[in-house]
Amino acid sequence: MIPVLLIVIPLACGLFGFLLKSERGARSWALLSSLITLAIALWGLSVHKGSPLLKSNVEWLPELGCRFAVGLDGLSTILTLLVAVSFPLIFIATWRTQYRKAWNFFGLMLLSQAGLMGVFVATDALLFYFFWELALIPVYFLCSQWGGERRIPVTFKFFIYTFVGSLLMLVGLIWIYWHTPGHSFAMADWYNMKPKIAAKDQMWLFWILFVAFAIKMPIWPLHTWQPDTYEQAPTAVTMVLSALMVKMGLFGVMRWLAPVVPEGTWAWGDTVSTACIIGMIYASLVAIKQDDLKRLVAYSSIAHVGLMCLAIFATTSIGMQGVMIQMFNHGINILGMWVAVDLIERKTGTRKISQLGGLAQKAPGLAILLVVVALANIALPLTNAFIGEFLLFSGVFTSTATQYNVVFTVTAAVTIILGAIYTLNMIKRVFYGEVNGVTAGVTDIRLNEKVALGVIVVLIIVVGVYPKPVLELTKETADFILSKMNYKL
Amino acid sequence: MMFSGVFLKSKTAIRNLGIVGLALLLIGNYADWMGHHLLVIEVHKMLFFDNFGLLGNSIAFASTLLLVLLSGRDMEKVGHNLAEYYALIFFTLCGITLVTTYNSLLMLFLGIEILSIPLYILTGSEKRNLKGNEAALKYFLMGSFSTGLMLLGIAFLYGASPTGSFVIDDLWTARPAVSPLLMSGLLLLLVSIAFKVSAAPFHFWTPDVYDGAPTVFTSFMATVVKVSIFVGFVRLFDEGFGQNPGQWQIFVAIIAAATLFIGNITAVFQQSVKRMLAYSSIAQAGFMLLALLSLTGVAKDGILLYAAVYSIATIGIFAVLMRMKDYTFEGFNGLARKQPVLAATCTIFLLSLAGIPLTGGFFAKYYMLASVVSTGKWMWLVVFAVLCAAVSVYYYFRVIQAMYFKDGDGATELAPSAGFKGMLVLLAALIVLLGVFPQALLSQLQYFVYTW
Repeated sequence: MIPVLLIVIPLACGLFGFLLKSERGARSWALLSSLITLAIALWGLSVHKGSPLLKSNVEWLPELGCRFAVGLDGLSTILTLLVAVSFPLIFIATWRTQYRKAWNFFGLMLLSQAGLMGVFVATDALLFYFFWELALIPVYFLCSQWGGERRIPVTFKFFIYTFVGSLLMLVGLIWIYWHTPGHSFAMADWYNMKPKIAAKDQMWLFWILFVAFAIKMPIWPLHTWQPDTYEQAPTAVTMVLSALMVKMGLFGVMRWLAPVVPEGTWAWGDTVSTACIIGMIYASLVAIKQDDLKRLVAYSSIAHVGLMCLAIFATTSIGMQGVMIQMFNHGINILGMWVAVDLIERKTGTRKISQLGGLAQKAPGLAILLVVVALANIALPLTNAFIGEFLLFSGVFTSTATQYNVVFTVTAAVTIILGAIYTLNMIKRVFYGEVNGVTAGVTDIRLNEKVALGVIVVLIIVVGVYPKPVLELTKETADFILSKMNYKL
Repeated sequence: MMFSGVFLKSKTAIRNLGIVGLALLLIGNYADWMGHHLLVIEVHKMLFFDNFGLLGNSIAFASTLLLVLLSGRDMEKVGHNLAEYYALIFFTLCGITLVTTYNSLLMLFLGIEILSIPLYILTGSEKRNLKGNEAALKYFLMGSFSTGLMLLGIAFLYGASPTGSFVIDDLWTARPAVSPLLMSGLLLLLVSIAFKVSAAPFHFWTPDVYDGAPTVFTSFMATVVKVSIFVGFVRLFDEGFGQNPGQWQIFVAIIAAATLFIGNITAVFQQSVKRMLAYSSIAQAGFMLLALLSLTGVAKDGILLYAAVYSIATIGIFAVLMRMKDYTFEGFNGLARKQPVLAATCTIFLLSLAGIPLTGGFFAKYYMLASVVSTGKWMWLVVFAVLCAAVSVYYYFRVIQAMYFKDGDGATELAPSAGFKGMLVLLAALIVLLGVFPQALLSQLQYFVYTW
């Protein structure tokens, strides 16, 4: 019931949104819809676990062995919560941005929310694929219509990239479907498959599925679409892409890849981990040299996601929990970064770090809030990311899945230092130093921006100080996924 | 129909007569399918009206009806002999009926001939258009050649069959070894039908003919005719050669791969939307060939779904194209601002052709892929097909980009009427419906395909 509502409300509101022909109306309508969705998500949090409210399973395509099956467990709860929290924040933070044909913009935004919700709650593989694509289409139109100058080729590249990945994934899903006894797409059937998929099939099956997820995350060397797309997309869409869509890839690995083809995951774990490490170091180094704020945040996101992916393949309970909590934290933090970047760009008209300076004198409120977000970005204690990254690193360090655990941990830890370099450097050059011509006329942030950033800062600190409820929420699912991955035990 | 031109002076009356005729055909076909036989003729096992064929017929008739409803007015612009055009379309439909329901190779040959000859005429129906004349001649020469090959193939098969029979069920039964005669007959048939469905490497006529023919007839050829021949194609290989697929599958696989590759890659380089659609129809044929490769129950469901979905989408796009002044991609620039309904429905059609979920095209492609995967072999072909599908996104989305994201006047020849827009919306809704509940069509034949 609750997961169905989470999909249907944004879907229906989004479709209705196309009909509203006033900008203000569409904007308020979208905010209202996203707040209702948030309320539903919170309701889902309060319901106790075994409740039938958290599941739904109806006939959809009987001939194909596919059902409309959705459910909320720890993993999907935390991600739907992230989606539900993010959208109102996005709408509030970009409240003053003007869009041509705003009703279409907000309609498409809500449709992408419906797609994201569907991805996270689906417990049927074909349904999952369905929503996976559905989340992509609105984003394609959003970026191509309202993006920056080079939006059309850049978005197209992004689309083709992800579409190739998802089609390969579809082939993999169909293959597994035919090898499930009784031909079924249901998640439970896939987890308890007997006889298991032969080891040699798992070897290629792993890649055909993983490529789709790796493109979404993105993992080096499949990341090339990402900085361009983040730069060219309208900021509200960049927020959706980086805070939420990236999680689709991680989620896909945890739900549809690792437990279903565990032998393949074990066999290729080191390969993938190495790619993650290379990507983290590479992205951090590139981020240091970036002059464009949006690109800087984009590269820092690649580094953070790489760490999360690394921890999944470490196959430890603590690392797995770290991934789940860090997915939430990363979403919130990067949202804060984008809000700040967007504010700076709107107030000064530029994103070039070299042209900015002295903003702290002109906009002290913004400076304080952004510094908290930035500290969370480099995982300082008392912020939420500290908890997350601490768990991730201990997970990788104690991993028995690989013999290179120490090497992985040490090299990955280098990126924390690199992260501190580029983040603090950015803060120093943007907020401190001399006020120049570009920043002279800047005013401090207004109410809607204060609300958005304020909520983000509160979430950062609350989760950072008291992470226990989140950890409890994810514990069971993490252990369950591990029990499927540790097929040998 | 042909003589109606003598009696009826008004073009509207002719068109209405055509619509009524098509509707009657559709109703008659439906009644037959439900088991109410209006007219029983002894066909001596030459024809076999099973549900597969009848559903194929229904799709052909319904698509033609949609085409006439949407683009009937454009047919009037082609020339003066409107009644003849309708008559020729009905002749073609007659051929199609034979091709979808034949049970004997002779009937297949007759059907192919009956549907081809009117098409040669329709292609050249714009008498003063040089390109049209060229296309018609080309089509005629190459078409006759392929018919000759087909006849030769049939003769070989006849000679190879132990009882001297044309009936397709008997072609391979009680035959332990494969004789060279049988194999060459089979290959000749494969080649000639591959020509008719414009599969590579027998596709060279397609772009020229589709480009040269009046657009309304291109639409007819690319949809109704092509998918009906596919139904016949599947029938032949399923019933005639289905017991021994190992012998010929490799040829079909090669043809499918070549078709997918050439269709998709060449479509990328086109400047004219009409020509792009011609190549895209080649590419789509490549996907349909996958059904021929696997020949499972899923494949037969899928080919019908594919036929319906592909026809609806293509007819819709051609209908919009006919209204455009400029057939190049630039001609579509800014259409969304001028004609939001046209652009929106066109987008749905294109998404469906590209196989994006929520449209019928997704399930059509899904069925094709699933049918091949279920055989457990040919995984390389599946992966190849999927990569080609990704390429197809490139050229389909170019049209969407032009319509929505580029500035231009998006000039249409004349403002589309409310009825035209209504029809387009209906078609788009149908595609979305098939994309969410494909069994709306498929449950109709579910019970029989598996108990065949």
